[in-house]
Amino acid sequence: MEIIKRAIAGTLESSDAYVEIEPGDSGIRCELESVVEQQFGDSIRRLAEEVLADCGVKNANIRITDRGALECVIRARIEAAVMRGKGE
Amino acid sequence: MKNNKVVSSLAEAIRLSGLKDGMTVSFHHHLRNGDHVLNMVMEEIAQMGIRDLTVNASSLFDIHAPLLRHIENGVVTHLKTNYMAGGIGRAISSGILADPVEFRTHGGRPSDIELGRTPIDVAFIAAPTSDPMGNCSGKYGKSACGSLGYAFPDAMNARQVVVITDNLVAYPMLDWSIPETYVDYVVAVDAIGDPSGIVSGTTRITRDPVGLVMADRAAQVIRHSGLLKDGFSFQTGAGGASLAAAKYLRDIMLREKIHGSFGSGGITGYLVDMLNDGCFESLMDVQCFDLKAVESIRTNPRHQEISASHYASPSARSAVVDSLDVVILGATEIDTDFNVNVHTDSNGSIMGGSGGHSDTAAGAKLSMIIAPMFRARMPIITDRVKCISTPGRDIDVLVTQGGIAVNPKNQELLLRLKDAGLPVVDIHDLKEMVERTTGTPAPAREGGRVVANVIYRDGTLLDTIRSVPAK
Repeated sequence: MEIIKRAIAGTLESSDAYVEIEPGDSGIRCELESVVEQQFGDSIRRLAEEVLADCGVKNANIRITDRGALECVIRARIEAAVMRGKGE
Repeated sequence: MKNNKVVSSLAEAIRLSGLKDGMTVSFHHHLRNGDHVLNMVMEEIAQMGIRDLTVNASSLFDIHAPLLRHIENGVVTHLKTNYMAGGIGRAISSGILADPVEFRTHGGRPSDIELGRTPIDVAFIAAPTSDPMGNCSGKYGKSACGSLGYAFPDAMNARQVVVITDNLVAYPMLDWSIPETYVDYVVAVDAIGDPSGIVSGTTRITRDPVGLVMADRAAQVIRHSGLLKDGFSFQTGAGGASLAAAKYLRDIMLREKIHGSFGSGGITGYLVDMLNDGCFESLMDVQCFDLKAVESIRTNPRHQEISASHYASPSARSAVVDSLDVVILGATEIDTDFNVNVHTDSNGSIMGGSGGHSDTAAGAKLSMIIAPMFRARMPIITDRVKCISTPGRDIDVLVTQGGIAVNPKNQELLLRLKDAGLPVVDIHDLKEMVERTTGTPAPAREGGRVVANVIYRDGTLLDTIRSVPAK
């Protein structure tokens, strides 16, 4: 699946995540800012790569601003951003 | 004849007090995040060129951020306090002070002042109303804050006492809290604080469904503890879920016609309602949190102001906390030994302090922690808290939305709650349950050097807090 336009999902509320995705041409580039970076930063980055792979996205720049969201929430926000970014 | 202590300016009062390099000044925190007095005094002191001071403040709020500049400039080199809000806390955690902050409790501070362990050279009393001789009160005036409880030990023990007021009235001011016998100088200023930051208009109970579930459980725990009967005494904080628990408790007490003896602590409108409804005979008030509490302490003789020592001092012959049945407290973290952290956040940065936490936990027959299973993905239960604010031996029960964990040292409570059919779980199981939802956090990073010592109410060192790099 190809990301053809910039798309966003989520909010900056506590316990949510704000995900921005845009087209890229050199694989997956992931930027993360998280209030739980120290405790869950690596696991969130792994999750992002996993979700994008599951969606079949090979090239994209993704920025996640995490306000302490549970894993299921981050997964849903990334999937929503991908759906919006793939265009119709 | 000494019939007027009013001096022309704050600078003059500081000069007359004899304040010199290396001395200790003290402040109380009833004006909370609306306080102007600490900042105006420290600014004046800095301009006079006095340096190397110890500030002993019962609590520090983010409005006191100018203090950080005085620390950087060497005007202030030591801090003693019972609570520090997150903005000040972050700076302290980054290591701006060479010597560690001394954290005490609301009971330990007056105890150490009275025992001469932490002498005060000059106490500055923010007084919403005073007469020219220093009879003063927090109950009246445009900056009214209600009780002046935390200021009593400072006024009674400091070498010099300066009252700062924005409502100077004719002598004698009746219904004083602190009498003229302790006061050396009185200074009149335009405003000692910003009323909107001093007391909340109203404190509100939570509307968050998770908070309401916890509050309902908390009330059920109290109901089945065996303590909820005539003569019952109670304290709770001003947090949303704690207040909701008080509301549910009130419903039970009214329905079952239970007449308690007293409510204590920082007083909110909810406790005032319980007093007026007949749930309690009296309120013992060391600090008012909202306008309703201020109005009540001014007008209702059964709403009694108490000093910090009377509230919680471990070296007083007795204190109110010693007669408490139940206290509801919060936590940023609690570990599987029931040790509680209220000093630091999940990254180890200072954002609070004991206040009366460990005093009430030590005194009350039932000490309850009420907290959600996790906040912003951070589990509330850990193997070991980053800072022990209150030792686990003083905590009886943890109430969360996912279950109630009873400290094994209180087998009677455990049996009572099980018999009542409440969802009791082992704290280790509760921890696992939480981590199935949040994931298991990576272990905390080692901190740097010691930036604060946490001193228990009896004067012993309970724990240390280490530096965290500033973001």
